Amino acid sequence: MLDTVLFYLFATLTLGGAILTITRRNTVHSAIWLITSLLGVAGLYLLQQAEFLAGVQVILYVGGIMVLFLFVIMLVNLEQAAKEKQFTGQKWVALAVVAALVLQGLWFVAEGAGRFKLGSPSAPSTETLGNSEQVSRVLFSQYLLPFELASILLLVAIIGAVVMAKKRI
Amino acid sequence: MHPVTTVHYLFLSAALLIVGTIGVLTRRNIVVILMSIELILNAVNINLIAFSHQLANVHGQVFAIFVITDAAAEAAVGLGILIALFRNKETVNADEVDILKW
Repeated sequence: MLDTVLFYLFATLTLGGAILTITRRNTVHSAIWLITSLLGVAGLYLLQQAEFLAGVQVILYVGGIMVLFLFVIMLVNLEQAAKEKQFTGQKWVALAVVAALVLQGLWFVAEGAGRFKLGSPSAPSTETLGNSEQVSRVLFSQYLLPFELASILLLVAIIGAVVMAKKRI
Repeated sequence: MHPVTTVHYLFLSAALLIVGTIGVLTRRNIVVILMSIELILNAVNINLIAFSHQLANVHGQVFAIFVITDAAAEAAVGLGILIALFRNKETVNADEVDILKW
């Protein structure tokens, strides 16, 4: 019962925040609503016993990425852009893509849903380890190579961001 | 009230993906386009976590961590490009960057 109420609360936060993010004229307001949406997603992670990931979501997204966004909004002069037209004339393209996605969803409900046997979450895991410990055991054994590759990706991103934002190389 | 199942999470994730797609395709401001990409990546993460919970193993959560890493790298490089663009063209609107078009 409490689960259901919390799910709908966090789902409303997530979707409402997302819709307000893409419709606000002021970019700072967009960023604030995106933070709301990301916190709602963190709540959904908590509801599904992914506590470590909920923490990562709050620290990395809300604490890191959104601060980066707000810094760039401060560096770039957006006052002129706020007075101009906010949407491109691509609403038919957007409508076509959304129609395709909705059709896929309907097809899934009509055809695929029975095959996956969804709707009954399997028995609660008998694991005695905590969530962070389980994630770290898998991450540092089975996914060690992807983990190291991700560190290279981050190094490339750091260098790329510095080169892009620098005045003269 | 019905209990919350995996299907609920899948539909929420699909709705979030659609909102993000609309944002990417219709907004002019590049900062908001990058925010919409973050929304799309979050929709993917909700999906991964829902199936991780359904199947009672943590591999989906490890995958979600990699997706978050990608999102951080993408935001850093994207905002760097935006600063370089603003320095050269004095605009943040995606449809005013059309030098390659003729």
